[in-house]
Amino acid sequence: MWHALRLFLFGRLGLDNMPFDEILKAHDTTDLISGCIGTFAAALAVGGALVTLWLMTRYRLWGKFWSNWATSVDHKKIGIMYIALAWIMMLRALIEAAIMRGQQVAGYGGGGMLSGDHFGQLFSTHGTIMIFFMAMPFLTGLINFVVPMQIGARDVSFPTLNSVSLGLTVAGALLIMVSLVLQPFSTGGWSGYPPFTEARYNPGPGPDYWIWAVTLSSLGSTFTGMNFAVTIYKERAPGMKLMRMPLFTWTALCTAILMIFAMPPLTVATALLALDRYAGFHFFTNTAGGDMMNYANLFWLFGHPEVYILILPSFGVYSEVFSTFSGKTLYGYSSLVIATMCIAVLSFTVWVHHFFTMGQGADLNAAFGIATMLIGVPTGVKIYDWMLTMFRGRVRMTVPIVYGVGFLFLFCVGGMSGILLANPSIDYQVHNTLFLVAHFHNMLIPGLLFGLIAGYTMWFPKAFGFRLDDRWGYRAAWGWIIGFMMAFFPLYVLGLMGMPRRTVSFLEPAYLPWTIIALLGAFVVLFALFSLFMQLWVSIKNREALAVPVGDPWDGRSLEWSMSAPPPEYNFPVIPEVKGRDAFMTLKEAGDDLGEPEGGFKDITMPANSALGPFLCVTGTATAFGLVWYIWWLALLGAAASFLAVVLRGFARNTERTIPAAEVRRSWERWRDRAMSAPRVPRADELTDANRGHAVPAKQEIVA
Amino acid sequence: MRTSLPPVLLALSLLVPPAHATQLSFLKPAGPVAAAQSGHFWFVIIAMLVVVVPVFILTPIILWRYRYGRRNASYRPEWSFSWGWEILLWGGPIVLILILGTVLWAETGQLDPYKPLGPHPLRVDVVGYDWKWLFIYPDLGIATVDKLEIPVGRPVALRLTSDTVMQSFLIPALAGQIYAMQGMRTKLNLEASQAGAFLGENTQYNGTGFHAQKFTTTAASADDFRKWVGSARAGAHALSPAVIHALETKGTDKDMARGLHLGGPSDLVFRLPVADLFTRILRDGPAAPAHALLAGSPIAAPAAPKQKAD
Repeated sequence: MWHALRLFLFGRLGLDNMPFDEILKAHDTTDLISGCIGTFAAALAVGGALVTLWLMTRYRLWGKFWSNWATSVDHKKIGIMYIALAWIMMLRALIEAAIMRGQQVAGYGGGGMLSGDHFGQLFSTHGTIMIFFMAMPFLTGLINFVVPMQIGARDVSFPTLNSVSLGLTVAGALLIMVSLVLQPFSTGGWSGYPPFTEARYNPGPGPDYWIWAVTLSSLGSTFTGMNFAVTIYKERAPGMKLMRMPLFTWTALCTAILMIFAMPPLTVATALLALDRYAGFHFFTNTAGGDMMNYANLFWLFGHPEVYILILPSFGVYSEVFSTFSGKTLYGYSSLVIATMCIAVLSFTVWVHHFFTMGQGADLNAAFGIATMLIGVPTGVKIYDWMLTMFRGRVRMTVPIVYGVGFLFLFCVGGMSGILLANPSIDYQVHNTLFLVAHFHNMLIPGLLFGLIAGYTMWFPKAFGFRLDDRWGYRAAWGWIIGFMMAFFPLYVLGLMGMPRRTVSFLEPAYLPWTIIALLGAFVVLFALFSLFMQLWVSIKNREALAVPVGDPWDGRSLEWSMSAPPPEYNFPVIPEVKGRDAFMTLKEAGDDLGEPEGGFKDITMPANSALGPFLCVTGTATAFGLVWYIWWLALLGAAASFLAVVLRGFARNTERTIPAAEVRRSWERWRDRAMSAPRVPRADELTDANRGHAVPAKQEIVA
Repeated sequence: MRTSLPPVLLALSLLVPPAHATQLSFLKPAGPVAAAQSGHFWFVIIAMLVVVVPVFILTPIILWRYRYGRRNASYRPEWSFSWGWEILLWGGPIVLILILGTVLWAETGQLDPYKPLGPHPLRVDVVGYDWKWLFIYPDLGIATVDKLEIPVGRPVALRLTSDTVMQSFLIPALAGQIYAMQGMRTKLNLEASQAGAFLGENTQYNGTGFHAQKFTTTAASADDFRKWVGSARAGAHALSPAVIHALETKGTDKDMARGLHLGGPSDLVFRLPVADLFTRILRDGPAAPAHALLAGSPIAAPAAPKQKAD
């Protein structure tokens, strides 16, 4: 009776799912330390959540949070929330990485500080978080924040759907955070290959956590893709032709299209795997007619375009960075657009290179190998286009440029290892080894992450009205560059010496020195992350001195720099008329950037707040949690509530609100007066207190 | 292997690996396949330097020459296009990829793991278990665990499958890896051109014993190999249902030897009860009762349910 009640209420959740269970059941000191690390991490997560809740209650922030953030459908606020999520998740996943590197040193000869199972969970959460809950939210946040402003729009096409996307992504992230406390998570890696993740080999909740977290996030990303493709096609200001769009918007468009086509195969793969696990189907079981190779195909049909979903927005950021901080228009605009499109299309033609070693014929492998190499062409073109953008410019070594230059160098190394891996005969040797791990970190850290951090540094003043402290910024940038090299170049060597990835310990003495260097590198990267948090803290403290209210701190070229910082809710008091590329630079050079808009001010209609996003976040988390632990009443309740909420939203009538023209005018005049009183600064004073966000256009500056 | 030296000292002392270590890398190849892979590896790196080196040289020069505040530097803020550069930027990489692609096509066909390396190969069937490998020598009537013994200079034809989750079989010094999957058969051909001991391993994570799923491949002269076969046959144990059970129980070779009350992993040498054990495992998978695997009339070779096209 009690047992049945417990089973009904809590499903398969029991006391042995608590993080300290590993301590209680420890066989040796390794288990004991491992359990302590797990328990400490769980305590940290719970403590962090409790402190946040307490602080918000103590300072009565709940009302503000609800009306200004949680229910907001403003693309800028949604973007900021995405990026905040990315930082939190990055902190966790980076600490996990450092712990794994520590284990690989301590585990020489066996033992160490992590049990095999704990180590398996760490590399699985590390990969899953970094891809789905760090990189994706970060780039989605940047796209959200920047794209509507760059195309001269007031919001995205579907603002409430945008908030729902955020809600679903947060729900997935919450589920992964819960798995830190109610264990275990999957040990099947970020790609979750069956049959290892099938019920026969892993009956526990781990793979289910992975399935539902990834499913929630992939649904959110599909919606984001649709939203931004439509926004970019339909919401551009008059005159903003496709070939006048800033490069970042172009890459956002390509990423959005990739999301639409690449995310569904993942959702299908995880759904079929869920059917295998929950309903005894045999899609991937390799017995009773199943075939795991179908999973590999579906997963990488998503997985390879995903790589370009991740990296294209960063390429867009680099295009903005190199041109803005060289005071020069972008070299080879059309070339870069064509290259971006080439990469987007080719990204769907190479997925087999993730499993050259699965036994298919040589011709098939060779065809996919050559297709893979082909991607090197547009990518190489881009690298040189950026160098030519700096050529005959006036390059300022600001923090974003440091990231950019670090990227140029390191990405070449990663590209070289990528071309090596594109050769099936070489891939046969280094596939599944640390060489592969070094390669994709080499693409994703300098390629993706440096770009995102450069973008964060560049657009932060636009979002909050003050610049980020540059001393901590430089420390972070150099920390990332040096730390990355120390942490990952040794992995190339280890991979060539045959050391496989995901190894909790090893017996080979030749590996040890390299793992020690990699561990030291992990510490440097942790220092870089610490510097970024310090930078944020110091900048908030000095926000008066760093303020750039006029909104153009870097002598920007595209429309997002034309308005105050932070921008008004409606972005543009009057929708601008675009006459060419570098739309804002043209205005500035003509001295028209402060002129009263022609045609006067009109009432502006903006979408009203909606509780649908946060509501689906809660119900989505509840449904997924219920499914993971077999708490069926919770899963059903959550699913029903989600369905009902979506239906009821269809009946909502007050979905818009109007801002009167007089208010728009007042706000615009305040900004104009402030701009008039702030002197235009030359780039020499860019990093000083004199920079209030009012720039001398680069061309008109006389360098003494 | 625990040592009392402080880790840093230990690390320094290990920068030069000891001479007796098993060969780890295809960059020190011990067979024709790995040698070709190693050559291809260096060729691609050198070819790639054509596009990479200019970035390394020109980027610092551009940054220095066109730094903000430098006097008398030319400044062309509107310059954004040049046909010459465009042709070079697109043409250069395309030519390079044409060359690399041609080589890739040839090498991929040449080094296809399914391609036999010569006549009269030594046939070895490989079955992946959690966390050990079973090597079946159908023509010699023996089977070993985590110990692959091959003669120098004679091609070896491997057929692989897994009795559990997916695994990946790699002997870097001899040839590349290939997946071993339940219910499916893959192939790998390799050859040792010199005697020695080489690292062999599973590279696909398959649980907590993954890191210990290593084996030694020993290449010996034809005479030594014959001697080894003789002594192996002499000391072989019966491949009983208990052995199948021990193989299917999660554990390393050491665990298995302990479970069977044998001295150590080197004692895991068995007499083959049936020559087509591999095909039976392929057909029946882990669900089959052990005695069915080991007895009964032989099954025709192509009877496997899901043969992959060669």
